[in-house]
Amino acid sequence: MLFSPTPLHIPDGFLNLVISLLFWALTMAMVGLAISKTNKTLGERQIPLMGVMAAFIFAAQMLNFPVAGGTSGHFLGGALAAIVLGPWAGILTMTAVVAVQGLLFQDGGLLVMGANIFNMGILTAAIGFGLYRAVRNRPRALRLGGIGVAAWLSTIAAALITSLQLWLSGTSRLEIVIPAMLGVHALIGFGEAVITVAAVAFIEQTRPDLLRAENSANGKWGWAVAGMGISLLVVLISPLASAKPDGLERIAEDLGFINAGRSAPYEILPDYTVPLLGETALSTILAGAIGALFVLGILILVGRRMSSRA
Amino acid sequence: MHVDAFNQYHAGESLIHHLDARAKVVVAISFIFSNALLPDGSWVTFTLAWMFLLLANELSGLGLGFTLKRSFVALPFALVAGSAIFSPLGEPLAVWDLGFMTLIPTDAGVRRFFSVLIRSWLSVQMAILLVATTPFPDLIHALEHLRAPRVLTTIIAFLYRYLFILTDEARRLLRARESRSANLSGRKHGGTLWWRAKVTGNMVGQLFIRSYERSDRIYKAMLSRGYAGHLRTLNPHIMRRFDWLILILSLTFLLLVQFLGWIQ
Amino acid sequence: MPVKHQAVHDIRTPLCEGEILQVQDLEFAYPSGYAALRGIDLCIREGERVALVGPNGAGKSTLMLHLNGILGQSKAILIAGLPVIPENYPVIRALVGLVFQNPDDQLFSPTVFEDVAFGPLHMGLSEEEIYQRVEEALAAVQMSEFEDHLCYHLSMGQKKRVAIATVLAMRPKILVLDEPSAGLDPRARRSLIQFLDTLPITMLAATHDMRLVEDLFPRMVIMDEGEIVADGLTSRLMANDSLLKAHGLESSRA
Ligand SMILES: Nc1ncnc2c1ncn2[C@@H]1O[C@H](COP(=O)(O)OP(=O)(O)OP(=O)(O)O)[C@@H](O)[C@H]1O
Ligand SMILES: [Mg+2]
Repeated sequence: MLFSPTPLHIPDGFLNLVISLLFWALTMAMVGLAISKTNKTLGERQIPLMGVMAAFIFAAQMLNFPVAGGTSGHFLGGALAAIVLGPWAGILTMTAVVAVQGLLFQDGGLLVMGANIFNMGILTAAIGFGLYRAVRNRPRALRLGGIGVAAWLSTIAAALITSLQLWLSGTSRLEIVIPAMLGVHALIGFGEAVITVAAVAFIEQTRPDLLRAENSANGKWGWAVAGMGISLLVVLISPLASAKPDGLERIAEDLGFINAGRSAPYEILPDYTVPLLGETALSTILAGAIGALFVLGILILVGRRMSSRA
Repeated sequence: MHVDAFNQYHAGESLIHHLDARAKVVVAISFIFSNALLPDGSWVTFTLAWMFLLLANELSGLGLGFTLKRSFVALPFALVAGSAIFSPLGEPLAVWDLGFMTLIPTDAGVRRFFSVLIRSWLSVQMAILLVATTPFPDLIHALEHLRAPRVLTTIIAFLYRYLFILTDEARRLLRARESRSANLSGRKHGGTLWWRAKVTGNMVGQLFIRSYERSDRIYKAMLSRGYAGHLRTLNPHIMRRFDWLILILSLTFLLLVQFLGWIQ
Repeated sequence: MPVKHQAVHDIRTPLCEGEILQVQDLEFAYPSGYAALRGIDLCIREGERVALVGPNGAGKSTLMLHLNGILGQSKAILIAGLPVIPENYPVIRALVGLVFQNPDDQLFSPTVFEDVAFGPLHMGLSEEEIYQRVEEALAAVQMSEFEDHLCYHLSMGQKKRVAIATVLAMRPKILVLDEPSAGLDPRARRSLIQFLDTLPITMLAATHDMRLVEDLFPRMVIMDEGEIVADGLTSRLMANDSLLKAHGLESSRA
């Protein structure tokens, strides 16, 4: 099969509504920011550049390489996109890729698309570009090494957050999903790292101007700090979550996440009921509808603001 | 590879094909939303939702089983949900001692597992039906009408346009690699894993540069036709009475499903 | 006798007052420092058809991109009397229809209709007029029934036709074609030539296809290393074997 579903493209139904909408909101905010940022740095060139680059990432994901026993390494591309295009353009590019994978090939769901974009586009961009930014002006060996680590970690981070989302949705048990997902992606991440490093090295050799052009606009250290911060979190949480899932479970329970995971978004309203109607089924439904409308309203407002800014 | 590998659209003249793309997108998303909202174990309402899907399948003229055949793409993911069976929140059904760990399936866990599978299975089918009955360019227009950011929809339109051309280019690179991957008997062939991954990386770099240069040429072509940084689109779709009718009927049905699901 | 072209540096008044395309002493270097154009002079009258020939890397494409300001402004070029400066870009891009060599670069929208509508849409025309122009342009290239097709489903020859329609829809005064017949099979090529012959419009085409030049273009301009080395009647220049050979060309009968 051409586009085999990877364990990172979450289908609809596997995340509950709260998590899905939460990540949609996060993703929309970041995408909105990315649109206004790229508008400034790339100007009118942004549309054709990111459009073709999105097709490029799609095509590059086809160039899988044989690993062993008939399986093949799969390329995600989030870190590479952020490194060669800059973080904001990388985010938009990956957003388009994940959107088309979900819309056209059902590789990843629609309601959970916000989460998928966040995991595979935004988080990977932050880690990929953040670490790259930190080593960009270092000697070649260090730079390429840093890129490799960035690509590997971005895969791990995507696997980690996917597991956490599944767990918070009540779909998976933490002590099972974390070791499984991280184990597989520690391997997949190796392929990602080698491909990313080789691709960047190739571009550095043949068209170094391209790398410089896209990155000069992203000169601030903010990304490096964010990237290293998130990487540190990933490095700390991963072993903790695999070794001591109970601890994480406890924290989530204390924060009220586990319950939110079990039922739909009604937690927003007191006692899941509408005060006037008392504890009836109708009241629960109304409470649910109001909660859903509320979240939808916020999403629409955010969307409006973004499209008017764009 | 044939270009149609990327065309999921199945031409037809059915009611569903002629429905406005916006109406279809809204109904499909609402359907998926509704599934996510239904409580675990509401089998009756899951069945009702399935009926709705079957009806849509039938009305599309593609046949009752059309989406069923294509609906198993999400199955590998079911493994991930498997662990939900051992949710600690319900009554234990059994105790499985594996030596290194003890697994306790619970009733709530089993209910959750099957509910997740059914939700996913129904939702995937609706998405399949949506792209099978709507040409992708119309889908992009619909998203524009539904206030998706113009920049993003245009990037998606470009992605769709160049998807085939670039994957074809990738394919040519692969073919070039294969045609030079000779295999002498008695020698270890194919190089090390490291080397193979590196060659792939070089191809990715090559593809990047070609794509970048292409985007430059496209930009020039756009400029020469009057593009000045402002995207304009001509969007000829109008919602007819009929589209509204179907939209409202579907949404009412989904509300009813929700109602039934929650009074159980 | 071929007219040997000489740069007229001392005369600053336009060489060819009133002509639709006037290029006078155009110089251009790419950011890499390579001087791709070294003093080009060229005048084209309304309705004229001119072929631009020369070896690879002569600067033909570079010159063409200049004609509607893609490579930046230049006061050395006047289109219908207007210098190519940013204020005039919108008008000039409507006057000069540029058809790129690779139709896949030119047709960037998912469907044929959207792509042909792109130019008129960005000219700010009314919806009715856009529809009318798209229809007209597609009819002119005999591709009307392909309006709703996806661009990637077209054959090479069809793509070329649609690419030409995309600029015809803008009703340009000058059609500038970069290698119009490259990549076409003989039949598609012949039908393209027949079709171009029916267009009553000023035309400038860069090409390596000498038969095309003979069939369609009464006037021929030879470029080499960023300069115009000869400019005259196609029949005369084609007869001058030593000139052709000196610039890596050969006549179609060779
Ligand atoms: N973007 C660029 N940057 C630097 N140099 C360039 C660029 N584009 C073209 N050149 C150089 O400018 C010169 C003229 O190129 P141009 O494409 O105009 O030639 P051409 O006459 O169209 O050739 P062909 O027949 O191969 O199409 C060439 O030497 C080329 O290497
Ligand atoms: Mg050329």
